[in-house]
Amino acid sequence: MTVEVKVIKKPGRTVAEQVYLPEIAKGLGFAMGRFFKNTFGPQDKKEIATIKYPEETVEYPERFRGIHRLTQRTDGSPRCVACLCCSTACPAQCIHIEPAEYEPEDPRYGYERYPSVFVIDELRCIFCGYCVEACPCDAIRMDTGMHMPPSTNRDHFLFDKETLLSIPGRDGTYLTANPRHEPGDPSHPGIDRERGH
Amino acid sequence: MSTTFLVVSSLVKVLVVLLITVGAFAPILIWAERRQSAMIQDRLGPSRAAIVLPASALAFIDRARLPIWRLAALTGIVAIVALVTLTFVAIKGSNPLPVSTSALTTSLVGFAVASVLLRAGYGVHSMIVRNGGKIMLIGLLHPLADALKFIFKEDFVPPKADKLLFSAGPIIALIPTIAAFAVIPFASTLHWDYLNQVLPRTGEVAGPAVPMQVASINVGILFIFAIASTGIIGAAISGYASDNKYSLLGGIRAASQMVSYEVVLGLTLVPAFMVYASLRLEDMATWQYEHLWGVFIPPLTLASINFFVAAVAETKRVPFDLPEGESELVGGYLTEYSGMKFGMFFMGEFVEVVSLAALASVIFLGGWDVPFLFRDGFEFSLPFVAGSVSVPLVHWLVVAIQFVCFLFKIIVLIWFQLMIRWSLPRFRYDQLMDLCWKGLLPVSLLNILVVGAFILSGWLDGWVAFFEKLF
Repeated sequence: MTVEVKVIKKPGRTVAEQVYLPEIAKGLGFAMGRFFKNTFGPQDKKEIATIKYPEETVEYPERFRGIHRLTQRTDGSPRCVACLCCSTACPAQCIHIEPAEYEPEDPRYGYERYPSVFVIDELRCIFCGYCVEACPCDAIRMDTGMHMPPSTNRDHFLFDKETLLSIPGRDGTYLTANPRHEPGDPSHPGIDRERGH
Repeated sequence: MSTTFLVVSSLVKVLVVLLITVGAFAPILIWAERRQSAMIQDRLGPSRAAIVLPASALAFIDRARLPIWRLAALTGIVAIVALVTLTFVAIKGSNPLPVSTSALTTSLVGFAVASVLLRAGYGVHSMIVRNGGKIMLIGLLHPLADALKFIFKEDFVPPKADKLLFSAGPIIALIPTIAAFAVIPFASTLHWDYLNQVLPRTGEVAGPAVPMQVASINVGILFIFAIASTGIIGAAISGYASDNKYSLLGGIRAASQMVSYEVVLGLTLVPAFMVYASLRLEDMATWQYEHLWGVFIPPLTLASINFFVAAVAETKRVPFDLPEGESELVGGYLTEYSGMKFGMFFMGEFVEVVSLAALASVIFLGGWDVPFLFRDGFEFSLPFVAGSVSVPLVHWLVVAIQFVCFLFKIIVLIWFQLMIRWSLPRFRYDQLMDLCWKGLLPVSLLNILVVGAFILSGWLDGWVAFFEKLF
């Protein structure tokens, strides 16, 4: 049995490539085309991919996870009920919450708690977004569209409750689109103290 | 011509040369090289170096924008009116207006320059306002930042290096490149007593004549070769003195490459001497002014291409940057250098680019010659058409236009060199030597033969006469 040998011709160069000069002219022509297009061409034809960063910025995509904010109720208090879901879900363990009870005369007393301390260490945070997923009250969101501003001091990266409440969402609001039904409201779906059940 | 006048004019010329090479072209080249590569590669390039203005200055600049724009428009309109009037005078042949033609010309140039400068000022002001009070000037401050960095960086000398030679290397590499400018003419002879008059087109002019070059010496181009070959020593001894095997290899590579291409560089210019029948660069430029540019004489076209290739190789830049091949030799003979010593090598390289571009433009592209510009002004004529339009210009204006045109030719050649630098990949070392000894050298030698035959057979005279009849 003879072994069949398939001879594959070595891809050679054409004469034009071997002479080298036409290829030089081609390469130079291409580079010059780019140069003239990007330097003297009309603004909309330029294909410059980089920007002057601090003066010009690119809008982050809509679902970009930026630094956190705590959403507010209509009266300005945090929506957070200190259920500790976010700090439990957090894989980086960067959320520290100290829950507190409302005063007995407060209408919310007995229904929910509030965070007396709410601190996020933005340097530990890995921006995974699990805290937002875990939150049952839509109280923590990452829709600010901002990245962490640089600083030389580590303490600046510990965001406390007031700081987190003071950051607006990308649309400028401190609230969320989801309605909040306070206990005592007619729209409140659950059991409450007055109505019983 | 008095001795004082000679000394003062020579000093002024030396200053102008230093200002052009070290002061203007070298820093701008450092910027242009990076900016141009960025434009080729769809990047923005260097633009971050900035001088930050206080808020009050920013407000002032913002307020000044509109007046500057109005002034620019006004001066532009005046210049256009002057231009229209001049055209009218030129077509009519005589001047019936109450203003003299020379006054019109002066005002045209003055107002046009003022308008352009004011418009540029408006652009700069707008840019500063747009950047929020930061003067960035499209990255032109980067050479300044570079220079500051070079000056304040540690001047490191390797412990076992040869201290004297290590320090002498950059100086020996930089000085010859600047010195080569001594014999390059920037413009035609300046007749000091007739600055504001229209000179006759031909004939001798009495009075002090200032040749627009630092030294008018008989050996001319040979001086450049002698000086330029000194640069090899700079690269070689800096490689040797660094006490580093990469430096040594780089120095050896640089020396052998430059020696090889020096030969080609000289031989490609021999046809030019034969045609122009002179070694003096000013005579070459004058010959081209009287007849035609060297690049349009067929054998010299080939010589000019060869010269250009050899010149790029002589500057040791991509695609011939084997001495610095960073993938093999770290940085070649520059490896151990830092601070201002490296800066001097850097500067020397860029000044060499400028001086070789200047040389190429003087020998092959007519030097200071502007098409249709004669000693008495412009005279536009078309081939096969009898009539011509002449615009008489005063002497200083003619010289100024020639000077600007010479700079423009240098800039175009430099731009082309940078284009080559960013388009072509590096050669292998044997390919580099093959190109020199088996390619360019035989072609240049043959070209000398061809030019000899061209001159002896009378074809050169015929070609020149044909060209002169055409225009």
